[in-house]
Amino acid sequence: MTATQAAQPVRHNATSRGRVTPTLMVYLALVVLLVVGSVLVAMRGGVLLDHGGILNILTRSTVLGLVAIGQTMVILTGSLDLSPAYLIGLCSLIAAETMAGDPGMVVPAVLLTVGFAALVGLVNGLVITALKVNAFIATLGVALIIRGYLENTYTGPAGSVPRGFQHLGYDRIGPVPLSTVVMLVIAVAVWWYLTRTKGGYHVYAVGGDAEVARLSGIRTGRTIVMTHVLCSVMAGLAALFLVSRLGSGAPLVGADGGYDLESIAAVVLGGTLLSGGRGGVAGTIGGVLILATLDTVFDDLGVTPFLKDVVRGAVLIVAVALYARSQLARRAR
Amino acid sequence: MAPIVRMNGINKRFLGVDALKDIDLELHAGEVHALVGENGAGKSTLMKILAGAHRPDTGTIVLNGQLVSFASPVHAQRAGIAIVHQEMTLLPDRSVAENVYLGREPVRRGHVDRARMQAATADLLDRLGERGITPRTPVRRLPVAQQQVVEIVKALSMDARVIAMDEPTAALAEHEVELLYDLVGRLRADGIAVLYVSHRMREVFDLSQRITVLKDGALVTSAATTEMTPDQLVRAMVGRPLDAMFPDRAKTRGPVRVSVRGGGNERLRDITIDLAAGEIVGLAGLQGAGRSAVARALTGVDPLTRGEVEVDDRPVRIRSPRAAIRHGIAHVTEDRKGEGLALRQTVRDNTMLVRNAVFGRSRIDVDRLLGSVGLAAGRTGQEVRFLSGGNQQKVVLAKWLAVAPKVLVADEPTRGIDVGAKRGVYELLRELACSGVAILMISSELPELIGMSDRILVMRDGHLAGELPAGSSEEAVMALATGSGA
Ligand SMILES: Nc1ncnc2c1ncn2[C@@H]1O[C@H](COP(=O)(O)OP(=O)(O)OP(=O)(O)O)[C@@H](O)[C@H]1O
Ligand SMILES: [Mg+2]
Repeated sequence: MTATQAAQPVRHNATSRGRVTPTLMVYLALVVLLVVGSVLVAMRGGVLLDHGGILNILTRSTVLGLVAIGQTMVILTGSLDLSPAYLIGLCSLIAAETMAGDPGMVVPAVLLTVGFAALVGLVNGLVITALKVNAFIATLGVALIIRGYLENTYTGPAGSVPRGFQHLGYDRIGPVPLSTVVMLVIAVAVWWYLTRTKGGYHVYAVGGDAEVARLSGIRTGRTIVMTHVLCSVMAGLAALFLVSRLGSGAPLVGADGGYDLESIAAVVLGGTLLSGGRGGVAGTIGGVLILATLDTVFDDLGVTPFLKDVVRGAVLIVAVALYARSQLARRAR
Repeated sequence: MAPIVRMNGINKRFLGVDALKDIDLELHAGEVHALVGENGAGKSTLMKILAGAHRPDTGTIVLNGQLVSFASPVHAQRAGIAIVHQEMTLLPDRSVAENVYLGREPVRRGHVDRARMQAATADLLDRLGERGITPRTPVRRLPVAQQQVVEIVKALSMDARVIAMDEPTAALAEHEVELLYDLVGRLRADGIAVLYVSHRMREVFDLSQRITVLKDGALVTSAATTEMTPDQLVRAMVGRPLDAMFPDRAKTRGPVRVSVRGGGNERLRDITIDLAAGEIVGLAGLQGAGRSAVARALTGVDPLTRGEVEVDDRPVRIRSPRAAIRHGIAHVTEDRKGEGLALRQTVRDNTMLVRNAVFGRSRIDVDRLLGSVGLAAGRTGQEVRFLSGGNQQKVVLAKWLAVAPKVLVADEPTRGIDVGAKRGVYELLRELACSGVAILMISSELPELIGMSDRILVMRDGHLAGELPAGSSEEAVMALATGSGA
C-alpha cells in the first residue's frame, strides 16, 4: 500500500498554475504581434503605437469586443449566436430613428434599443431550448428574418442622433476612447460573473456536459436563454456606440463589420472551446486586440484586403491547432 | 426498527420492456443492502427511481414514514438521498471541488465562496484517507479510480442519509477497494443506509447485511446475508448452478504472434513481451503502474517511441489504432463510454464499426457474433445507450471479435459484467486462444486474472517487475507489484 501512496501524489497534484494556459498564449502572441508590427511599420517609416495608432486599435476593439464578450458567454454554454451582425444594424436604426435628433429622446431610445435586443436574445434562447432547434440554425434563422426586414424596409441610413449623444463615441480619457473604457468595465464585470458567481459556474457546467448539469439541479435551459439575452444586449450596446459615431442608423453597419463570424473568431482565438465548457472573457479580449492590431498593422502597411483576410484566416487556424496540441499534451498522462 | 426507506410495488416499463415488475425494497439505517442480478435485471433502474432520476409507473416510496415523490434528482438530494452513478457524471474541465459542489456552490456576499468549498472538499477527502487528490485539480487529470472517489465525495457532501452506489468498485484497483470498504464501514457507523450494486460476489458478502436478487425485472429473493451462500446467490441470479468458474488452461503454446523488444515511451521503459498463439497472458500491477499504457502502446493509441515490435516474425510499426488493427491487434477498452462505443448508434452499427472502417464493408453474421458474447438477438437494432452497463461491455467485445484478430488486448474485459456473462467471456477468451489468438489480459480483479492466465507479468512504475507462473497466489502478485518482500 505504502508504495502506491508514495508514488501517486506527485503526478496528480499539479494544478493549472505554472502551465501555459491558452489565455497566457493569447497575450504573449499579442505582445509578439505588437513588436513585430512596430518593426514592420517602422521599416516603412511609420510608427505603429503612436497616439493615432493606439486610438485606432482601441476603437476597432470596442465594438467587436462588446459582441465577443456576449458571444463568449453563449459559446461557453455550448451554444452559438449568428444573429449579432444584422441585429446591430436593426438596433442602430431603432436608436437613431427614435432619437431623431432630439436630446430629450436619448434615454427612451437607449432603453428601447436595449430592450428590443434583449427580446431578440430571448427568442434565440427559447427557440434553442424550448423548440430544441440547433443553435446554429436557430440564430441563423433569426438573422435571416432580421435581414429580410432590413432589406425590405430600408435602402440606406436613417434617423439621426443629437450632438450630445456623439460624446459617447468620440470622447476620450487620454488616448483611450470613453467607449473602450465602458467595454473594458463590462468585460471585467462579465469575467467576475463567470469566474466568481454561481450563475457563472453553471454556464461552464452546462457547456461541459448538459446532462451532468441537469442531474446536479442546474436549470440548463434558463442558463442558455440568459446567455443569449446578454449576448444580444451586448449587440445592442455595440449598435449604440456605432450610431453615436456615425450620427445615424445604417441597416448594414453590423453585416459590413462581419460581427457575427468575427466575434466567434475572436472567442476561439482567445482560447475558448467552441463546444463549450472551457475558456473565458480574458482570452476573448486578447483575441479581439490581436484582430484589431492585425487590421491596424495591415492598414499602416497598405496591404490589400485580400491578403488581410488570408493572414487572419491563417492566424485563426494556427491558434486553434496550437490549443488542440496543448490539450493533447495535457491528456497524455 | 422502522426502515428509512420503503419502496412498494414499483413498476417501470421502457418502450415495451418491463424493466421492473412489482418490486418491494426496504433500507435500514446503518445497513448495507446489496442489490444483485444479471446485466439488464433492473438494478440501475431501481436505483434511479429511488434517487429521482426516473419516475416509477406505479408504486410508492416512503421515506422516514412519509410518502414522497421526487420530480428530479435534486429533490431526492434535498430529502437526503444521493446516488453514485454507474457511469461517471463529472465535468472533466472543472476542479474536484467545483464538481463536488456542482449546483450547490456555497455563496458569500454574492460570490462563490471558493475557499470554503475547497476546505470542505479537502475535509471530505481526508475522511476517506485520499491524500493524492487536491481539491483544485481538474478532474480530467485524475485516473478513473480517483474520479470514482470524487463521485463518492460528492455524495458525502450532500449529507445524505441514504446513499445508493451503482458498481462503485467497477473502476477501482484492489487496494482502492479496501479504501472503499473502510469508507462504507464508516458510512454504516454514521447510521447511513447504503444500497449497493456490484457484480463482485466477494464484495457483496464482505460488505452487506442483506441481499436482494433481481432477475429480468422481478424480485427473486431477499434475505439476510448470513443466510445465503455464494452458490445459492449465483443460482438465484443466473437461474441455474454454474460449474467451475474458469475454463481449463491451454496445454500447448503455439508460435509467437507478437513480440516487443525494449519498448518504451513517456510512461513505459524496457518492455519486452512475447505473446504466443494459444496463451492468455495476464498483466498485473497497481493502478498507475502502466498496465493500460502497455495496452495502449500495443494497440497504437499511445504508441511506443522506442524498441522493436514484430507480428508473426515480421517487424512492424504501430503508430495508430488503424495500423494496429491492420496488423490484427484488437483492443477491448477499459472506458467503454469514452473510447469504446458510439452511444447513439445501434448495436449492429457499433459491432460492425471497426470492421467496416478498416477493412471495408462486408457481410458477417452479426446475430451469431452477438450470441457468442451472450447478447440476445432482439437487441441488434437498439441504440447502445439504452442498454444496461454490462450489455454495453458485451457490444465492445463483439466489435473487436468482428475483425477476427490475431492478438487481443483486453483491458478490464469483464468490467460491469454479471457472473453468468463473465463465465461466458472467460470461455470465449479461452476458445479464441485455442483457435490461435494470442491474448493479453488486464484485470484489477486478481482472482479473475490468476484464474485465467497461463502466466502473469507484473508491472511496477512503468516497467516489468517480473513474471509468475499460472496459479500463483494473490500475495505473490501483490509482493511483486508493490516491490515489497520477495
Ligand atoms: N432509458 C432507457 N430506455 C430504454 N430502455 C432502458 C433505459 N434504461 C434502461 N433500459 C432497459 O431496462 C432494463 C434494465 O436496465 P438496468 O440498467 O436497470 O440494468 P442493470 O441491472 O443495472 O444492469 P447492469 O448490471 O448491466 O448495469 C434493460 O433491459 C435496459 O435495456
Ligand atoms: Mg446498471
